[in-house]
Amino acid sequence: MNIGNKEYKKYVEAHAQKSPCIKNCVQAFLSGGAICCFAQGLTQLYKSLGATESLAPSITSVTLIFITALLTGIGVFDNIAKWAGAGTLVPITGFANSVVSPALDNKAEGWVMGVGAKIFTVAGPVILYGMLAGAVYGVIYAVFIR
Amino acid sequence: MNNANGQRGIITLPAPVYFAGYATVAGGHEQKGPFGGRFDVVDEKDEFGKKTWEDAEAEIQRLAFSTALRKAGLGEHDIDAVFAGDLQNQCVASNYGLASFDIPYFGLYGACSTCTESLILASIFCSGGFSRRAAAVSSSHNSAAERQFRSPIEYGGQRAPTAQWTVTGAGAFILDSNPMNGVPYITDVLPGRTVDKGIDDIANMGAAMAPAAADTLIRYFKESGRYPGSFDMIVTGDLGFEGTGILRKIMEANGYSIGAVHQDCGLLIYDRVGQDKHAGGSGCGCSAVVLGSYILPRMQSGELRDVLFMATGALMSPSSVQQGNTIPGIGHLVHIVA
Repeated sequence: MNIGNKEYKKYVEAHAQKSPCIKNCVQAFLSGGAICCFAQGLTQLYKSLGATESLAPSITSVTLIFITALLTGIGVFDNIAKWAGAGTLVPITGFANSVVSPALDNKAEGWVMGVGAKIFTVAGPVILYGMLAGAVYGVIYAVFIR
Repeated sequence: MNNANGQRGIITLPAPVYFAGYATVAGGHEQKGPFGGRFDVVDEKDEFGKKTWEDAEAEIQRLAFSTALRKAGLGEHDIDAVFAGDLQNQCVASNYGLASFDIPYFGLYGACSTCTESLILASIFCSGGFSRRAAAVSSSHNSAAERQFRSPIEYGGQRAPTAQWTVTGAGAFILDSNPMNGVPYITDVLPGRTVDKGIDDIANMGAAMAPAAADTLIRYFKESGRYPGSFDMIVTGDLGFEGTGILRKIMEANGYSIGAVHQDCGLLIYDRVGQDKHAGGSGCGCSAVVLGSYILPRMQSGELRDVLFMATGALMSPSSVQQGNTIPGIGHLVHIVA
């Protein structure tokens, strides 16, 4: 026990089991790629059904959000995400799940203080700093680029 | 605190206290594990007839305690005090779960060490002559704990390999100061000291708790003059794969080789690889369920005679870790003989 905190932490980190990085990357690549291919297929389908060039991608996003919300609701999404990792996290599916899952979780605390107050506990930082980054970029664009 | 011999450490009970009755309740993941079929009450869906996970955990406590009473052939008025705890904020699972019993109640929070924390207090209470019988109850619920400590239940993320899986389950133990035949009993206890070795990774609790477990064990061996090999089993609560390796290493460095007799409840409760439970099980329910469904029955059948049982806890909250605090650990030990 005569080991300093720093050395102990170093020892622990050196001996801790590591995430299987390559396996995770391959699975994320395959699943993320599959989701994007599926989405591209949807976009083509919507276009063939008469959606305009700008509308088709939007309907595609909405479709992906709906499918994710449904799969999250019936308790399947987290099992897929466990395998897919960043593959489901990076596309819009990850964002949809991060909003739906706290909403489900906090339903028991009521619609206002439960769902309403806690729906963005996971996605909140992304929304806040995403908007902030957008605003900063907007200023840079307005001042230097336009 | 000083014991009767004026030493700071092991408290030898004036008279041993007996496990008059005990019961375990568990959920689906535990039922699918190596101890499946040994629990008194099981709900594969972890719901226990309740609408929220928090209520389900309270129900688990109620079921465990009432089953232990029934198995002991006792009524609630035969118990003079109950010491109980869980992982929820303000210990609500214990508060609500045991509220229907007409028994003086002490709510405890020792994180995952609550099983032995409650056993220590209940045994001192009984042995000291303050009560005939006292009960120790502890529980955890995977979904209630996930919500409170980690992320929403349906959130799609990958867990770190060092992370542990909170056990859904409870154990209730009724301790009796009247001598009983053929029943395991507690002879002495060693309350843990808080040990903080600077771990701040919430996904590696085993590493945070292992130094505290080692501190308690080393103090026990030094003071009692006994050696690991003289026990049939030395059981730790929920160090998991990471913490178990570290504990054995620290013990080895201090001249105590425990590998041959050491078991960890977190590694026993699940088929860690087959059930994909990463570094193993954790939670107040982990050690309580293993004690009640595996250790005590084996002691009662004569397979084990002399056991050191130590539940371990990580004494942090999500806020304390987010604010940059490190995670203190603790290990409370009871010596059980049959």
